[in-house]
Amino acid sequence: MKRTDIAIIGGGPAGLCASIAAAKMGAKVTLIERNSTLGGQLVKQTHMFFGSQKQYASTRGIDICKILDNEVNKYDNIEVLTNTTVLGMYEDGVITLDCNGSYKKMLPSRIIVATGASEKYLPFANNDLPGIYGAGAVQTLMNVYGVKPADSVVMVGAGNIGLIVSYQLMQAGVSVNAIIDAAPSIGGYLVHASKVARLGVPILTSTTVKSAHGKEYITGITTVKLDDKWQEIEGSESYLPCDNLCISVGLSPLAELLWQIGCEMKYVPTLGGFVPTRDNHLKTSIDSVYVAGDVAGIEEASSAMVEGSIAGLCASRSIGLTMTDYDKVLADYIEQSNSLRRGPVGDKIRQGLAQVEIGGQTK
Amino acid sequence: MRIEQHPILTFPAGKMVKFTFDGKELYGKEGEPIVAALHANGIKVIGHSHNKHRPRGLYCAIGNCSSCLATVNGEPNVRTCITPLCEGMVVTMQNGKGVIK
Repeated sequence: MKRTDIAIIGGGPAGLCASIAAAKMGAKVTLIERNSTLGGQLVKQTHMFFGSQKQYASTRGIDICKILDNEVNKYDNIEVLTNTTVLGMYEDGVITLDCNGSYKKMLPSRIIVATGASEKYLPFANNDLPGIYGAGAVQTLMNVYGVKPADSVVMVGAGNIGLIVSYQLMQAGVSVNAIIDAAPSIGGYLVHASKVARLGVPILTSTTVKSAHGKEYITGITTVKLDDKWQEIEGSESYLPCDNLCISVGLSPLAELLWQIGCEMKYVPTLGGFVPTRDNHLKTSIDSVYVAGDVAGIEEASSAMVEGSIAGLCASRSIGLTMTDYDKVLADYIEQSNSLRRGPVGDKIRQGLAQVEIGGQTK
Repeated sequence: MRIEQHPILTFPAGKMVKFTFDGKELYGKEGEPIVAALHANGIKVIGHSHNKHRPRGLYCAIGNCSSCLATVNGEPNVRTCITPLCEGMVVTMQNGKGVIK
């Protein structure tokens, strides 16, 4: 059976940074990615990142992807397996893989699960009509493959993803008829909201989708206003034409593998759903299993990158590896992750993390 | 429809290959997901559900949701959002569960 020091599941921002950090520690790393290319959702992020300089602020996501990809290629001790899906994680530490269609087993000393998240859905009448897409799907079509998802779109969700994707749709020559959000206020950063508002896109708050219309394909939606108890206001229905409804109502962690191996999980709505408990080194309730990125709680790519680095360092340290200035480098990453979560925007994240952190602020 | 002009991105021309959808001859870029090629040709309904026969198309585009399943070269339940397009592919709308031959 194939052995490796650290198997990293998922080649997005968290997995890439985990690989680099572990490789710096001298670990033999196997990075496993189900797609044919690395980068995860970075490959479709054409906007410039916020955050701090250390997480490539004011660099576009697509360029961060190239930087990390090049960095991974520099290390001989990182093996990249693309087109490879992890099928199972077992109690004896074995993981099984579908590697380009063939079934393989692997025995890593440590596993870092960085599987990311998938898009949440919304219940309303006819919500299964073709033309109702996740915001990520719309980004993939237009930013990765250069195909217009539709001609006129209504965006559901005025969080950062909804606002950014609306702007990107307009860059692709697609009109955005409206952005609606059930919440009474805009969830995303004001800078993103003003960008789309300046282009004339109405942002309708306290508004949700009641139903979608169309036989084989969406042709429009009925919206309804909500009162301060989130109840539909009778008679406030209104029709909006569109040939695409883009759903951007948050993400939920892709935690199936963590459930399978039996990590302790907690339901924390502000982190996106069920997430694993972990210490501040990102070790889960199972000693050999670490987590990083959205699977550990929905945040931004910058946090995912820092978490990846922390998990990569600590998982390597736990099998006896080290490097010069290890403590200093780790302390710096932990400080970076705290710093990204400071301020009012990070309130919910900090409250959420307090519920899942094992052992509190150690070391 | 393909994006002609974009302020940030450029899309490589790529090699155009012939494929069919429900017998109709179409062209798409080699290696792009089947569903992207279908969208570029204006096709967004890819199948129908097995119970109530409701139309089905793309949803997540990353191989998670199983909404975009079609029959490709006779193989049912192919995730068209992550399966690269090849020359001569025979894609058919999948109605129901599909049949494994």
